[in-house]
Amino acid sequence: MTALVAIRNLTRIFDVSKPWLNRVLERRPRALLTAVSDVSFEIPERKVYALVGESGSGKSTIGKMVVGLLQPTEGSVEVQGVDLSRETDQARIEAVRSDIQMIFQDPFASLNPRWKVRDIVAEPVAAKGGNTHGLAERLLEQVGLSALDAGKFPHEFSGGQRQRICIARALASEPRLIVCDEPTSALDVSVQAQVLNLMSDLKDEFGLTYLFISHDLTVVQHMADTIGVLYLGRLVEEASPDALFDDPKHPYSQMLLAAAPKMDGFGREVDPPKGEIPDPINPPSGCAFHPRCPIAVDRCRSERPELRAIRGTRVACHLAQ
Amino acid sequence: MTPPVLSVRDLVVDIPTRDTTLRPVDQVSYDIAEGEILGVVGESGAGKSMTGNAVIGLLDRPAHISGGEILLNDRRIDNLPYEQMRRVRGKEIGMVFQDPLTSLNPLLPIGDQLTETMLEHLGIDRGEAQERAIAALEEVGIPAARERINSYPHEFSGGMRQRVVIALALCAEPSLVIADEPTTALDVSVQAQIIALLKRLCRERGTAVMLVTHDMGVIAEAADRVAVMYAGRLAELGPVRDVLTAPHHPYTDGLMGSTPLASKGKHRLHQIPGAMPRLGDLPDGCAFNPRCPKAQDRCRANPTPTLADCNGRAACWYPLRTDDAHDMRIASA
Ligand SMILES: Nc1ncnc2c1ncn2[C@@H]1O[C@H](COP(=O)(O)OP(=O)(O)OP(=O)(O)O)[C@@H](O)[C@H]1O
Ligand SMILES: Nc1ncnc2c1ncn2[C@@H]1O[C@H](COP(=O)(O)OP(=O)(O)OP(=O)(O)O)[C@@H](O)[C@H]1O
Ligand code: SF4
Ligand code: SF4
Ligand SMILES: [Mg+2]
Ligand SMILES: [Mg+2]
Repeated sequence: MTALVAIRNLTRIFDVSKPWLNRVLERRPRALLTAVSDVSFEIPERKVYALVGESGSGKSTIGKMVVGLLQPTEGSVEVQGVDLSRETDQARIEAVRSDIQMIFQDPFASLNPRWKVRDIVAEPVAAKGGNTHGLAERLLEQVGLSALDAGKFPHEFSGGQRQRICIARALASEPRLIVCDEPTSALDVSVQAQVLNLMSDLKDEFGLTYLFISHDLTVVQHMADTIGVLYLGRLVEEASPDALFDDPKHPYSQMLLAAAPKMDGFGREVDPPKGEIPDPINPPSGCAFHPRCPIAVDRCRSERPELRAIRGTRVACHLAQ
Repeated sequence: MTPPVLSVRDLVVDIPTRDTTLRPVDQVSYDIAEGEILGVVGESGAGKSMTGNAVIGLLDRPAHISGGEILLNDRRIDNLPYEQMRRVRGKEIGMVFQDPLTSLNPLLPIGDQLTETMLEHLGIDRGEAQERAIAALEEVGIPAARERINSYPHEFSGGMRQRVVIALALCAEPSLVIADEPTTALDVSVQAQIIALLKRLCRERGTAVMLVTHDMGVIAEAADRVAVMYAGRLAELGPVRDVLTAPHHPYTDGLMGSTPLASKGKHRLHQIPGAMPRLGDLPDGCAFNPRCPKAQDRCRANPTPTLADCNGRAACWYPLRTDDAHDMRIASA
């Protein structure tokens, strides 16, 4: 299987220091926040790779680096063999960029309220001087809206309909990869079902590849071919949905899955997880999960575990087996 | 039989607007018994918060109660003067909202907020209130409570703040807690901590709880009974396992089918066509009829039935029998 996307040792550090003068006056050092730390994975063509993790785990930062909205501090994102931050041939970069689109969580904020839907949907093609005649109308029908909607403004649509408009826009440039950042988190379940079904259909129809970002484990299980679990910017486990849900191998994955509410968990007494996610500016040494890990040993405090293969999954834990 | 802690009867809330009157809550009736958790679910705009706010007497003008009654421990509270209702809210009803900062005073240390509430409602002295405040914070899992009692709300994480709010909601020993989306803004692991905490405290004290959420999983794990709301009305009401595994109302059935289900793996999600109507734009007849696969002429010709019009379980002229509800899948999973 060829990988459409190859992410290698990806790291992103944000400088969250106070302004220089405050630092000097208050005698504070620079504060660096590592949002993504040495993450590597591949997304095969026509597959859905999902990233899950709690708030601040680095999901969106990875998504933004993949579409080129953010530059990596270290490591690389290769799409179709082109390393987007090192390639010098502008034409190749442009060609790859137009193969990647992004859909965001908030269908209200991501549509320009002054533009007609026709112009919004056709924008990615118009920006490159392509032919947009009838394009928006065709795409709107493909996402289950009507060609007549092209003449309306975003405020005339419900949340689910707006997300369809975002999807239509993402499809306009005939991309091969769509990065979907919490595409249904703002939607009600019945509308979420409509959007998820649509995304599955379009994937089959156009041979799309998705990087699907979500904090909702059931949604991820439903959509993904492969799931990557993030904790504090690190990839801690990568597995198929079945392997992850039947037999999570990383202690954090185990904790997360045990904590997630179950629709058939009537009266279940959960032994809730202990502690909170640590401060990303001063992450724990060694394995970042060690202060909360029920099985941590001395080695975990000093040595960061590498991802290693265990029965078809990859796990970053010294003790997992 | 002991009377329910909360009894809501035929509650109607109206919002007069320039050209019409909107009705976000329409003939809603339910009871909550001592120690019972009633889950209230439904999609955005269903009227869940309005129902809760009507109970605690905090409807934003111009919304107001225009029908029905609300009884707390057998006493009517929907018609109390403002000052009296304010005391009921502090003493007998605890509140937990989605954003903990709405319940906390940003300028006051958390310990003072707890002691003030207890001083006002419990008739104890300051020293004892102080000790009880520390105990309350320890009980909700604030580490080093004695040292942190002088901290301000902004010095806590979101999950810790929500714990403080729960301590505050329960410190005057109320008989009813209204929790409106208490974990919606929180991560899965923090949500599990907060829900476990709420369940434990309420069970230990026999507090009645109205738990509003749109998360069916949270409802399944926490609630004893569940009320499903649609367009301002109760669509279905019953024991949580019965309603979720064998819904009688077509809307509940649709909701369950559209929720991705872990045990089902990859499957096509059931779709309810369309979206919930806006209040000013309700269809004639049963409010669900344009989206309902079972709708008949009768549903378009008659107003939405109430639970009492039907079998007490589902507000529907043609309830699904358990055998044709396609959601036996949970029970068999
Ligand atoms: N532009 C930025 N400047 C400084 N810090 C940032 C910036 N963007 C993200 N971060 C930090 O990086 C970390 C990862 O953030 P990111 O948005 O990728 O998380 P996420 O997994 O998408 O979380 P969520 O579920 O809340 O969307 C967080 O600690 C965040 O505060
Ligand atoms: N001031 C107002 N004027 C007109 N309509 C209002 C007003 N306040 C609320 N509504 C409407 O009342 C209905 C019920 O709102 P409510 O907040 O109870 O919904 P909810 O079920 O809590 O939804 P959510 O899940 O989004 O919190 C909604 O349709 C809402 O748009
Ligand atoms: S490496 Fe150690 S601390 Fe980290 S998850 Fe594994 S056992 Fe726990
Ligand atoms: S009353 Fe009719 S339209 Fe309404 S839910 Fe029942 S079958 Fe459907
Ligand atoms: Mg994000
Ligand atoms: Mg609400």
